[in-house]
Amino acid sequence: MKTTQPRSRRLRGFLTIFLFLLPALVLFFGLVVAPILLAFYASVFKWNGMRGLPTDFIGLANFTRLLADEVFLGDLWRGLLLIILSVAIQLPLSLGIAMLLNQKIYGRAFFRLLFFAPYVLSEAITAVLFMMILRPDGGLANQILGWFGIEGPEWFADPSTVMLSLFIVMTWKYFGFHMILYIAGRQGIPRELTEAAQIDGASGWKVFRYVTLPLLGPTIRISIFLSVIGAIQLFDLVWIITGGGPSHSSETMAVTMFQFGFKRFQVGYASAISVVMFLISLVFAIFYQRYVMRRDLEGATTVLRDQR
Amino acid sequence: MSASRRRQSPTAGGPLRILSLHAVVVITALFVAVPLLYGVLGGFKTTQQLSSNPIGLPDPWVPENYTSVLASSSFWRMLWNSTYIALLTTLVVVAVSALAAYVFARFAFRGREALFTMFAAGLMFPFAVAILPLFVLLRMFGLLDNPLGVILPQAAFGMPMTIIILRGFFRAIPGEIEEAAILDGCTPFGFFWRILLPMARPAIATVSVLAVVGSWNQFMLPLVVFSDDSLFTIPLGVQQFQGQYATDVARVMAYIVVAMLPALAFYAVAERQLVSGLTAGAVKG
Repeated sequence: MKTTQPRSRRLRGFLTIFLFLLPALVLFFGLVVAPILLAFYASVFKWNGMRGLPTDFIGLANFTRLLADEVFLGDLWRGLLLIILSVAIQLPLSLGIAMLLNQKIYGRAFFRLLFFAPYVLSEAITAVLFMMILRPDGGLANQILGWFGIEGPEWFADPSTVMLSLFIVMTWKYFGFHMILYIAGRQGIPRELTEAAQIDGASGWKVFRYVTLPLLGPTIRISIFLSVIGAIQLFDLVWIITGGGPSHSSETMAVTMFQFGFKRFQVGYASAISVVMFLISLVFAIFYQRYVMRRDLEGATTVLRDQR
Repeated sequence: MSASRRRQSPTAGGPLRILSLHAVVVITALFVAVPLLYGVLGGFKTTQQLSSNPIGLPDPWVPENYTSVLASSSFWRMLWNSTYIALLTTLVVVAVSALAAYVFARFAFRGREALFTMFAAGLMFPFAVAILPLFVLLRMFGLLDNPLGVILPQAAFGMPMTIIILRGFFRAIPGEIEEAAILDGCTPFGFFWRILLPMARPAIATVSVLAVVGSWNQFMLPLVVFSDDSLFTIPLGVQQFQGQYATDVARVMAYIVVAMLPALAFYAVAERQLVSGLTAGAVKG
């Protein structure tokens, strides 16, 4: 009696844990892990995606083809371009606006609500709205430029402006999201720290540069992380507005994958693209967490030491 | 004297500085608001009016674009599809994640952290990576052209964020409450159902709002799962309508403005939960 009771209790505890976790495990393995494994499997076959599993094994041929494909290499370059533009323009804008809205600005609650509103609209709606606004003939943007005597560009229809146009749309939709992150981060900074700097005679800019900005480090690093992951997976906007055109000049990895997987039925090759997207996200996430986010801990301890 | 002047300067500043700060905010506000207003007013114009008079008020006001959207049964059907898919997704993801988060928060067992890390790692992998094999799997299970083919994968991909947020909240509930409940004869599920969930109501609201917004705006998954347009959700409908009436710009504008309204209304009601969920998720993720 005495020996069986703890064992049965342990068994019951194990059973409880198992039953509580079961639904989550089934969903996660069935619909997140299994697809990723299937992508790895399919990526070494030549396969049109028809029923059953692929049989025509071709080793790493899909990957060598991928690395020689100008469109795919262009995808990588365009992804990088979007990341650079986001980090250099969109995030500083969000940070600046967040700092402004942290001050005594008339109607700041309204502005915060307005700036964040585009984030809740779907990319589909955003895409169609900006297709109307950036129409080369008769769209709002070119009409306004016309008042100043400027002949507007072709926006999405011109290979040389299409990426910049997409970036404008992305900024419209997402800068408010990053702004919200920065506002939350700013509110997490104890008031005493900025006040102390002010009493010591630091100007507004110096308080920002030497107190606020370093303490916002963790928020900024997360905001960059989310921008990069967002750029790697960018699909909806591009697919609806340009479909990757004109002549591949706005294609992203996800669009290329979609073209081959769902339009041209080269599922093996498209799986290879999925695998590369997966590996890029994985390597980036591990690298970033290990070498960039880790500094957050060091920063926090040095700040504590300085305070003491 | 000089100290107080210095203390004020960074926030107060001269009138010129205050004016320029406001100018920056107002210009940004125009950048955000003008596209939306252009859409709303554009919907009340005819397409010819729109090119001759892009910015001014409609003259005359033409309500036909809006009334024709509101009178079309396909729009209401898509609204209904989006609504029940969002609600069922939310129900599944919150139920499944809450059970798992309870275990991760309040049970000690070998492999717990490894399992949790595996779920959390799911955060990094967006639909785009898995959509193609997911399509193959859903076809194998016979879930194409079936709402479950959208609901279940959305729930699966929503789990990492939901589990992370709920686990943090469940952990904060004192152990004494659980001990008292167990002494009173509560089973683990009884504690979870009758005490933990009611106490976690704010966290449940937060993750539910995130799940609803995520499902409402999802485009890629319904795009590949649904080929029958009676199952279409609003984002698919928007794309389809744009394709059909591309040249009738004013009509497309009216359509997207009506399509925006439910999301904006939801945002007006649930802004606080949405913001707290996104910031919590970003900081912990």
